[in-house]
Amino acid sequence: MGMTMTQKILAAHANLPSVSAGQLIEADLDLVLGNDITSPVAIHEIEKMKVDGVFHKDKIALVMDHFAPNKDIKSAEHCKCVREFACKNEISNYFDVGKMGIEHALLPEQGLTVAGDVIIGADSHTCTYGALGAFSTGVGSTDMAAGMATGKAWFKVPSAIKFNIVGKPAKWISGKDVILHIIGMIGVDGALYKSMEFVGEGIQYLTMDDRFTIANMAIEAGGKNGIFPVDDLTRAYMKEHSKRPFTEYEADPDAEYDEEYTIDLSTLKSTVSFPHLPENTKTIDEVGDVKIDQVVIGSCTNGRMDDLRIAAEILKGKKVAEGLRVIVIPATQKIYLQAMEEGLLRTFIEAGAIVSTPTCGPCLGGYMGVLAAGERCVSTTNRNFVGRMGHVDSEVYLASPAVAAASAVTGKISGPEEVMD
Amino acid sequence: MQAAHGSVFKYGDNVDTDVIIPARYLNSSDPKELATHCMEDIDKEFVNKVKEGDIIVANKNFGCGSSREHAPISIKAAGVSCVIAETFARIFYRNSINIGLPIVECPQAAKEIAAGDEVKVDFDSGVITDVTTGKTYQGQAFPPFMQKIIDCGGLVNYINQK
Repeated sequence: MGMTMTQKILAAHANLPSVSAGQLIEADLDLVLGNDITSPVAIHEIEKMKVDGVFHKDKIALVMDHFAPNKDIKSAEHCKCVREFACKNEISNYFDVGKMGIEHALLPEQGLTVAGDVIIGADSHTCTYGALGAFSTGVGSTDMAAGMATGKAWFKVPSAIKFNIVGKPAKWISGKDVILHIIGMIGVDGALYKSMEFVGEGIQYLTMDDRFTIANMAIEAGGKNGIFPVDDLTRAYMKEHSKRPFTEYEADPDAEYDEEYTIDLSTLKSTVSFPHLPENTKTIDEVGDVKIDQVVIGSCTNGRMDDLRIAAEILKGKKVAEGLRVIVIPATQKIYLQAMEEGLLRTFIEAGAIVSTPTCGPCLGGYMGVLAAGERCVSTTNRNFVGRMGHVDSEVYLASPAVAAASAVTGKISGPEEVMD
Repeated sequence: MQAAHGSVFKYGDNVDTDVIIPARYLNSSDPKELATHCMEDIDKEFVNKVKEGDIIVANKNFGCGSSREHAPISIKAAGVSCVIAETFARIFYRNSINIGLPIVECPQAAKEIAAGDEVKVDFDSGVITDVTTGKTYQGQAFPPFMQKIIDCGGLVNYINQK
């Protein structure tokens, strides 16, 4: 029986000729990631292990992004703990304020993740790197500690769901609409324990940033990983950002899938997830009149250049609706600088939005945009659980940067067509 | 191996890690402190009512969302002896095994056991007994490899003993 793309990468990293779904394996890791929330717990665990330091100082990435620049004393203590660990173990990929960005935008940009890699990260959105044709998945802090100590992790080889992407999307339809549509279709546990493998001719119309967004939210369908085949666009991205060699894998023609779906991009409409689950999706023509208090454009899901360009195109020459707060967060320093050079930051500020230094802050209700009781936010982030962005009685509506920017102009959930000629 | 015995707190589908331990408390990694906010955004009374040994029963996809290990840590530190669910989200599942919080997948038990029932769980056999109703259920056994990690008391001890 043939293997899926994911299974081939796992087999190669377990030094096995083949693997099959359900098999327990131990795989070599190319990168182990942690942030300022999960790393302190991992560091506490690694100190209990009978090991001499870390397995490889260049294959660990520690990114201070969640509550950094530090929002309070306790967060500062956490970052200090990680900083000291990084220094003591000479971790080469330690990213602190000034160098840091939101981890899942930063690592591909820094060339630390390439096709064929096996990557674990103590952050659930580690699945983002599947956009490059890597196997990457979120784990907890103890797995991160074990990964840092041994360079290995155990996995149950996943079965897979195949998504055949066809057609060409209409203007304003982006990766976010694709993945929200899929989650609405299969549910928040629709891919539980499984790989989500994306294939098909429609992928040529998805930019790298679209693919990062789609792979990023595989976890919101319960998926173990999301993965794209490697094409010319992927190769060009990796050559631009990384000096590391990469390996291209593709699924065998006779690979088995638990389920197969066809997604016709030409039929997709702007899609919004209503509170309090990402699966509660409505297309823009179904949303009705939902007044909002805040808009967030950013995060590991949608804080990249494409996202900011789309938002700026819509906000250019317009004003944020009266009484609305709009927060724009470029995901990395490089993106921040690029957005500045392209004049996007001026567009946002003149429209009445604020532009923040890179941080995960508002996405998880940490800081930089926490909501009060009864408030509603349209956000380009990835979760709209109860209390996710603040008070338990606040609401988050997940949407694309185009919908977020249009909503910023009207003060209610709106599609881009409503504000663009 | 040890068994669990306690009264049940019952929840529904898709209990996410944000309601188990909200991010506003993630500036701490102290289990005792995390335990004081456990389940706060889904059940404000949980921390006042929970007793050592009590059991959480929930439906599908328990622990979905963030990878924060603080979630199973807060549940364990609150005194919960076992979580029974129809299914668990995969990162929560790994984390629970890694930190030594016993979890059992059993759709029938998850459906039928009611809040406040007195329940016993035998981890060796996977048998769940609802003492209140007298019904028993067979929970799914762990693969031997995972059982080894659990028997060692978590991943750190497992690696230390290898």
